[in-house]
Amino acid sequence: MAISREDVLHVAALARLDLTEDEIARLEVQLNDILEAVGKVSELDLSDVPPTSHPLDVVNAFRPDEPRPSLPLDDVFANAPERDGDHFRVPPTGETAA
Amino acid sequence: MIDTLRLTAEKAKGMLERKEVSGAELRAAYREAIDARDGELHCFLTLVDEDESDGVPIALKDVISTKGIQTTAGSRILEGYVPVFDSTVAERCKAAGLQLLGKTNTDEFAMGSSTENSAFGPSKNPWDPTRVPGGSGGGSAAAVSAGMAPWALGSDTGGSIKQPSSLCGNVGLRPTYGTVSRFGIVAFASSLDQVGPVTKTVRDNALLYGIISGRDECDSTTVDVPHVELPESDDLRGLRVGVPKELNEAEGIEPGVTEAVRRAIDLCSELGAEVGECELPRSVEYGLACYYLVAPAEASSNLARYDGVRYALRREADGYYEMVSRTRDAGFGDEPKRRIMLGTYALSAGYYEAYYGQAQKVRTVISREFAAAFERFDVLVSPTSPTVAFKLGEKSDNPLAMYLADVLTIPPNMAGLPGLSIPCGLSGGLPVGLQLIGPQFSENTLFRAGHALERAIGFDVVPERLR
Repeated sequence: MAISREDVLHVAALARLDLTEDEIARLEVQLNDILEAVGKVSELDLSDVPPTSHPLDVVNAFRPDEPRPSLPLDDVFANAPERDGDHFRVPPTGETAA
Repeated sequence: MIDTLRLTAEKAKGMLERKEVSGAELRAAYREAIDARDGELHCFLTLVDEDESDGVPIALKDVISTKGIQTTAGSRILEGYVPVFDSTVAERCKAAGLQLLGKTNTDEFAMGSSTENSAFGPSKNPWDPTRVPGGSGGGSAAAVSAGMAPWALGSDTGGSIKQPSSLCGNVGLRPTYGTVSRFGIVAFASSLDQVGPVTKTVRDNALLYGIISGRDECDSTTVDVPHVELPESDDLRGLRVGVPKELNEAEGIEPGVTEAVRRAIDLCSELGAEVGECELPRSVEYGLACYYLVAPAEASSNLARYDGVRYALRREADGYYEMVSRTRDAGFGDEPKRRIMLGTYALSAGYYEAYYGQAQKVRTVISREFAAAFERFDVLVSPTSPTVAFKLGEKSDNPLAMYLADVLTIPPNMAGLPGLSIPCGLSGGLPVGLQLIGPQFSENTLFRAGHALERAIGFDVVPERLR
């Protein structure tokens, strides 16, 4: 399953990375090398093996549903690039994804 | 005169309790060591000038959120980010009276095995500054080894505590998954990330693990942990030690590493342990491939939060999506980008089953192989790293070669197992680490075995050039 330049561009759009031409060219080569190495997992027939998503046998970690104080708003916005009252301010979203 | 190169945290704690030294005097001694050596070794990203606590000093890897103190994860995208809350482990250190010396260097987002992926420049190995300290937690390991902190915390996803501890000649524990809270830790791969101690001795390691471990209601993946016992015993009587063939004979293990590890295995028998061979046929052969699907997939999801909206870096643009894409391209370095791309691809429509789904099944195979080995053995041993510290720049242009640095630490990590690395000798004047692996929640057994071996090996943790 070789990766093409189009694949790199498609994945970069999904991952929201505005890659430079240099990065696109380099990643095309590197991702092919890495995928060839990790593709090794497909050598094994594991149709009867269940997947592991979590290494501990923990089911449903509940805690009492008691309200606790939230962070003060000034703390919440302390690291924000742009604040507008009680909102994070961002450029307009009325456009198609880049 | 306090010799920070040799002072253990346990000794420092005793001196403080007996009032032979004050917290301020201890702090001053470590600051002096930092002033003398950190210019060359570059272990710290941020130094802390004063702290309300006055107990044993500590350094924290810069993926650990510290209230009011910059936390960058070694990335430009978090440069200037000042957490408004403490991580649970930072809070527990405070509660135990530990005073913070500073935040240590790491590969960006803990992705790497050398610290060369840090956006703020690499750390150097105190045994030979032309070589890497390992990674990602190379800053913490090198700081402890060079007497700039008595102990430190790291985080380990594929080997980021164990491997640098091996390369710098100190003791590093990657605890059982779920024993230490990740609340306030910059996330890399959530089914693997664990915080753990980097120390000069096994007893110090047990002390610090006792401080940070235990259930935390802010992290629902944490569980109750057995009471931590400080190891006392000098022998290994009654302990069954397994030597997994594949972990000890993997391609790329240097002869000098094998030699030092073989001597440690012989010592296990001399100390009374029952030593036998065992096999992990697929865990080592498929472990690395499994890891490099699971970890990047989870990273691509975790790193989606860096969007220029809520914190840290933003690159301006007229539209929202353009702003996000520009911010991420400007803020992430090469390795996080590579892993985000790899992970996004492995999770994307049409490839999910073949890559991520299949890797999760390999993970089950690995867990089953270790479980079978632990029916016969209490502890498994192997080298921690296939090589001693390598030269700066030696692997930085070859991602696949760098990934191989963790080939022996990754398999137990995939199964959520604890692993302790202790120094077991030198090869070409550089430290070799012995990896002790146990079943989940067997930290006390690892401490006991590590302590007895440490006594018998008698490794001098102070780098030769600093003695």
